[in-house]
Amino acid sequence: MEMILVVDHEKCTGCRLCEMVCSVRHTGVNNPTRSRIHVIKWPREGFELPMLCQQCEEAPCIAVCPKDALSRDPVLGRVMLNYDLCIGCKMCVIACPFGGMGIDTVIQQVIKCDLCDGDPACVRFCGSGALQFVPANRVNLIKKRDAGWKFSELMKKSLEAKN
Amino acid sequence: MALNRKIAYIDLSTGEFKTAPIPIEMRELYLGGRGLDMYLLYNHLEPSVDPLGPDNVLTVSAGLLVGTLASASARTHIGAKSPLTGFLGSSNMGGFFAPELRWAGFDHLVIKGKADGPVYLWIHDGEIEIRDASDIWGENVFDTQDLIKEELGDPEVKVLCIGIAGENLVRFANVMTGMKNAAGRSGMGAVMGSKNLKAIAVRGTMDLEIRFPEKALEYNQKLLEHIGSTKFAQIMQKWGTMFIYGVTNTTGLVRVRNFQLNQQVGGNIECEHIEEYALGSEGCYGCIMNCRHKYLIRDGPYAGTYGEGPEYTSQGAFGMEVGCNNFETVLVGNHLVNKYGLDTLETGSMMAWAMELYEVGILTDEDTDGLKLEWGNDDAVLELVNRIAERKGLGNILAEGPLRAAEKIGKGSIKYLIHVKGMSNLHSDERPTPSLALGIATGSRGSDHLRSRPAIDLYHLPEELLRKIYGGPKPYDGPLSSDYTSYEGKPRMVRWQEMMYEAIDCAGICKYHTIFLSPNLIAFDELSKLIYNNTGMEFSPEEIWDIADRAYTIERLFNIREGLTRADDWLVDRYFDEPTPIGLPIVRDKCIDREKFKQMIDEYYEQHGWDEDGVPRPETLKKLGLDGEPSHRL
Repeated sequence: MEMILVVDHEKCTGCRLCEMVCSVRHTGVNNPTRSRIHVIKWPREGFELPMLCQQCEEAPCIAVCPKDALSRDPVLGRVMLNYDLCIGCKMCVIACPFGGMGIDTVIQQVIKCDLCDGDPACVRFCGSGALQFVPANRVNLIKKRDAGWKFSELMKKSLEAKN
Repeated sequence: MALNRKIAYIDLSTGEFKTAPIPIEMRELYLGGRGLDMYLLYNHLEPSVDPLGPDNVLTVSAGLLVGTLASASARTHIGAKSPLTGFLGSSNMGGFFAPELRWAGFDHLVIKGKADGPVYLWIHDGEIEIRDASDIWGENVFDTQDLIKEELGDPEVKVLCIGIAGENLVRFANVMTGMKNAAGRSGMGAVMGSKNLKAIAVRGTMDLEIRFPEKALEYNQKLLEHIGSTKFAQIMQKWGTMFIYGVTNTTGLVRVRNFQLNQQVGGNIECEHIEEYALGSEGCYGCIMNCRHKYLIRDGPYAGTYGEGPEYTSQGAFGMEVGCNNFETVLVGNHLVNKYGLDTLETGSMMAWAMELYEVGILTDEDTDGLKLEWGNDDAVLELVNRIAERKGLGNILAEGPLRAAEKIGKGSIKYLIHVKGMSNLHSDERPTPSLALGIATGSRGSDHLRSRPAIDLYHLPEELLRKIYGGPKPYDGPLSSDYTSYEGKPRMVRWQEMMYEAIDCAGICKYHTIFLSPNLIAFDELSKLIYNNTGMEFSPEEIWDIADRAYTIERLFNIREGLTRADDWLVDRYFDEPTPIGLPIVRDKCIDREKFKQMIDEYYEQHGWDEDGVPRPETLKKLGLDGEPSHRL
């Protein structure tokens, strides 16, 4: 079953632990500029959102790659980068609408989320549950349950008001 | 690697700076953070300088484990001679500044002199610039950070700064980063203001090496799972430190109306009220405890006010201490002190003191310019915050801190002060709890619950568990008591917590992850493993205790050099003479016994290897390698 990494921004506390473990897992050092995930923040509104590769089905990065270095891995549901073919032209960085393709200036290579080969470190460490790794065909059910919970609270209030 | 970060010495008078590596031997003696800051202060500060003059030295640092896979490794430490007490100034804060400082290549900044006009420091990837801050001077804490990020063209820049309270040299002005993180205590913001230093901005992209990445990841995951499984973490995630109010108010361990009561009867400022205003919670770097709320006031005169927090301290400052019983006042007050850059604790205590003076007639409407400082007058309380930050009228006097304000007001006002060493006490009542009282009386930065409070004493833990915690890592076979009203064995608990908090401040980890409010969290053993996994340095738990002891003793030497005596390790008379009037039977009708308290201090000194005057004995200094200080190795 294809798994996808989903983000629930309402649960994100902005702690950036995901950035730290991503960097350490992939590079052995903590350097958020080399992390594949970044929490984008608007501190004065209290809004924060982890951003990372969406592993698109029709991925712009794959479409623009002149060397076919990028391809879909249907087993793990990810877009993979073959460094043997990559020439570092950075077309994928320009084409990605989400900033999912980054540049590691230490090793001079394009980097992206590889879902840690099926066990994403960011998900393992996320304490608030803002990052989850779930079967693709269950994503909407999880959202429905969350939304349904809020809806049921409202319904209960309306019933109380009637009584 | 994590150990290759540098020290920058910056002279604001000349605009010159130099950088130097931190020798591994100094790490072995002090680790980093607060410990190394204390060494730097003791070595770079001349005795008896004016804390608000150019000769004061300000240190800003990241702890040894900041930015590594150590739980909640986010702490920035700030040190200087305190303009509030005249003794040691030392305060630390969470947020995101310290890790960024490390990615920019530095662990310690030693800032001297005074700039000709307003400036801010811009530190990025090993570079240091002193930039003009004329356009930013006068801006509040939140706008200052935005304006600097805008000027530097990078929203990821991290800024620590002062608000107008620091500019106006309010002696308890704090240093802030983000919406709420504050190095609140001991007036470090006033020191920045006195140097014309509005802010420090940092941005870094340099690798921070982790010595054993896989081991560190594995150990940290287990540790976080453990921390997350504790009741304490779960309560903090939901309510933050506001939970303390409910527990301690029910018992009768809070301070109400400037020490008149120890329980807010009918108190209605419990943590649960936050649900009406909360947008979610917020964590510091790498922390799963997310102990502060993001809140928005939607309606009423303060509609649109957005802030983070509040903490127990703001419930005290804008709730029980000033006789207010309105949660929204707590939220607005918390927002105001953060905007101005004022220490919420000291602000609340100064206001409560002024209100008691108003009640007994020492202050009149003439002194307050018509402000009715009656208990529970929410509007007057919030207005007084403005006047303190702006140094207007009575606010100008209160801005001087407890002892100077009492001197200015005169008329016996000093006997209403609740302070130690010229620093106000937390809004808790320590009369029924000798261990907590000993902690505030002896804390190296003045009255303080974050220097040595054995808060778990309040849990009546079984003696065998106390023995397990307080019996090591240095052997102790003296008495320990589960009864928090007892005087027995309490000096050991205070001494142990002192060493624990010092060590954790050297590492740059948050105290909430240690044995502070939960007996199940990190102590010396775990710290030893975290240091090894992340830096490769090997210290036994006993060796970490020795490092903490060295750093704490140098703090003592600093204070003694500034004139501290045994008489300064003491409480105000009200602790001994006015018994607690209400609360549960166990805390009612309690005050501290002078003779027993004196014996506790004797025992506390003895455990430290200090003489009866509280001066470290020569053999103690020799044992800790402090006999040659100041040694000017850095």
